[in-house]
Amino acid sequence: MGMTMTQKILARHAGLTSVKAGQLIEADLDLVLGNDITSPVAIHEISKMKKEGVFHKDKIALVMDHFVPNKDIKSAEHVKEVREFACKNCISNFYDVGEMGIEHALLPEKGLVVAGDVVIGADSHTCTYGALGAFSTGVGSTDMAAGMATGKAWFKVPSAIKFNITGKPAAFISGKDVILHIIGLIGVDGALYQSMEFVGDGIQYLSMDDRFAIANMAIEAGGKNGIFPVDDLTRAYMKEHSDKEPVEYVADEDAEYTAEYTIDLSQLRPTVSFPHLPENTHTVDESSRIPIDQVVIGSCTNGRLSDLAVAAQILAGKKVKKGIRVIVIPATQKIYLDAMEKGYLKTFIEAGAIVSTPTCGPCLGGYMGILAAGERCVSTTNRNFVGRMGHVDSEVYLASPAVAAASALTGFITDPADVVSPSDVTGPWND
Amino acid sequence: MQAAKGSVHKFGDNVDTDVIIPARYLNSSDPKELATHCMEDIDKEFVHNVKEGDIIVATKNFGCGSSREHAPIAIKASGVSCVIAETFARIFYRNAINIGLPIIECKEASEKIAAGDVVSVNFDTGVITDETTGESFEGQAFPPFMQKIIDSEGLVNYINNSN
Ligand code: SF4
Repeated sequence: MGMTMTQKILARHAGLTSVKAGQLIEADLDLVLGNDITSPVAIHEISKMKKEGVFHKDKIALVMDHFVPNKDIKSAEHVKEVREFACKNCISNFYDVGEMGIEHALLPEKGLVVAGDVVIGADSHTCTYGALGAFSTGVGSTDMAAGMATGKAWFKVPSAIKFNITGKPAAFISGKDVILHIIGLIGVDGALYQSMEFVGDGIQYLSMDDRFAIANMAIEAGGKNGIFPVDDLTRAYMKEHSDKEPVEYVADEDAEYTAEYTIDLSQLRPTVSFPHLPENTHTVDESSRIPIDQVVIGSCTNGRLSDLAVAAQILAGKKVKKGIRVIVIPATQKIYLDAMEKGYLKTFIEAGAIVSTPTCGPCLGGYMGILAAGERCVSTTNRNFVGRMGHVDSEVYLASPAVAAASALTGFITDPADVVSPSDVTGPWND
Repeated sequence: MQAAKGSVHKFGDNVDTDVIIPARYLNSSDPKELATHCMEDIDKEFVHNVKEGDIIVATKNFGCGSSREHAPIAIKASGVSCVIAETFARIFYRNAINIGLPIIECKEASEKIAAGDVVSVNFDTGVITDETTGESFEGQAFPPFMQKIIDSEGLVNYINNSN
């Protein structure tokens, strides 16, 4: 029996010629990630271990992104603890204020992950790096501690679902719409314990930022990982960002999939997930005139340069609707700088939005845009659970940067085509 | 033999980590403090009603959402001795095993057991007994590798013992 792309990567890292779904293996890790919430717990665990120190000072990344610049004394104490741990163990990839960005935007940008890697991160959206053809998955702090100490983790080899992506994206269709559509189709546990493998000739139209957004939300369908094949776009991205040597894996012809779906990009409509589950999807046509109070454009899903570009093109020369708070958060310092040089930040500020330093902030209801009871937010983030962005009686609607920016102009959930012509916004639909 | 016995708190599908322990409390990693907010955004009374040894029974995809280990830690520190569900989200599943919170998957039990019933679980056999109704269910016993981690009361001890 053939192997999926994920199974091949896992087999290689477990020192086996083949593996099959359900098998328990121990795999070597190329990178172990933690953030300012999960690392302190991992540091407590690692201190209980007999083994001293970490397995490799260059293969650990500690990114302070959720509550920094520190929102309160307790989070400051946590970051201090991580800072001291990083210093003591000479961790080369420790990212604090000034260098940090949201972890899943930062790591690929810094070239820390390439195709063929096995990565665990004590953050559920670690699955993002599947966009590069790596196996990456979220774990908890204890797994992170064990990974930092031993360079290994245990896995149950996952079975896989195949998503055949075809066609060229219709106007305003981004990676976010693709993944929201898929989650609506299969549900929040539709890929539980499984890999989501994306294939097909439609992938050529998806930018790296689109692919990151899609792989990022595999966890929102319960997936263990999401993974894309490596093509010229991936190779160019890795070459630009990394010195590491990528290893490309291709699924076997006779690999087994528990289910297959075809997604035709030309047939999709901008998609919105209603409260309180990402699977509650509706097309923008079914969601019009739902009034909102706030718009958030940012996060590890959609805080990248092309996301900000689309939002800026929609807001350019216009004003956000009076009374709507619009919060734009570039995901990394580099994205911030690039957005500044391209004039996007000026556009946002002139339109009446605010621009924040990189942080997770409101995405998880941390700070920088918490909702009061009864308030609604259209957000480019990835979760809309009860209380995710604040009060238990507030609501989060998940959408693409284009829908979020269009909604900022009108004050209700809006189809971007109602406020701007597709030809004025960069996207594959114009090529 | 490992076993649990207690009265049941019942929840539905997709109980996510944001309602188990809201992010606003993640500036702490102290189990006792986390336990005081356990389940706060789904059941405000939970922390007042839960007793040592109690059991949580839920339906599908329990623990979906973030990787925060604070979620199983809060549940364990609140006194809960076992979580029974039809399915668990995978990171929650790993985390529970790694910190030594017993969990068990069983569709029938998750449907039939009612809030307030007294339930006992035998982890060696996977048998779940509803002592209030007298009904028994076959849960999924752990594979030996995971059982070893649980027997060691978590991954850290397991690694320490195996080196
Ligand atoms: S942006 Fe949101 S989802 Fe992404 S890592 Fe931060 S808190 Fe998690």
